[in-house]
Amino acid sequence: MKLQIQYFALLREQRGLSDETLETTAATPTELYEELGAQYAFTLPADRVRAAVNGEFVAADAKLKTGDTVVFIPPVAGG
Amino acid sequence: MFKIVSEPIEIESLKTTLEDAQAGACVTFEGWVRNHNEGKPVQALDYEAYPELAETEGNRILAEARERFALQTIVCVHRTGALQIGDLAVWVAVTAAHRGGAFDGCRYVIDEVKARVPIWKKEHYADGASEWINCATRGAGAEISKKV
Repeated sequence: MKLQIQYFALLREQRGLSDETLETTAATPTELYEELGAQYAFTLPADRVRAAVNGEFVAADAKLKTGDTVVFIPPVAGG
Repeated sequence: MFKIVSEPIEIESLKTTLEDAQAGACVTFEGWVRNHNEGKPVQALDYEAYPELAETEGNRILAEARERFALQTIVCVHRTGALQIGDLAVWVAVTAAHRGGAFDGCRYVIDEVKARVPIWKKEHYADGASEWINCATRGAGAEISKKV
């Protein structure tokens, strides 16, 4: 299926991109993160990253569907 | 109102949105960029946000504060971009009929914003190195941020 991915902060730097569209067989955010992490050598393990789909936080094992926009949220540090 | 802004935060104009004849207390919090963190001299910071989700989650926090405390108005503005030492990074203002709710509500908002809103901080150090805060994968920083 086709997904949009947006990258922020550490992940944006490690991917070298702010966003991309890709084809994947990953069914969940965790599977997608593992796939991308292996490809681009992300340093944060999957359990340190939250996922958002279409602008809302979702569970790590939520079902992805074609056309979704996925964002991985590294540990936050506002304030 | 929760907002992410890329320009300097204008406190004076934000304050006019707080005027309220029912309010007897106003508590504000200013988060400033300081020149050190965990023993290292800091020269500057970059803040980055995922603006859509930051504003959704930020407004959710304000709604929670409103449910928990007897508040009138709540405003929180967080800046993004390149900031220098002494710059204002975040401003929270809470009004209430009485001071207790205003103090508690302001504390709740800033604590939850720091813990939950998708905003990231990159510190630039005097020795030329830089680091995304809470994103270390080894050492004490990794253990601490894992528990948050």
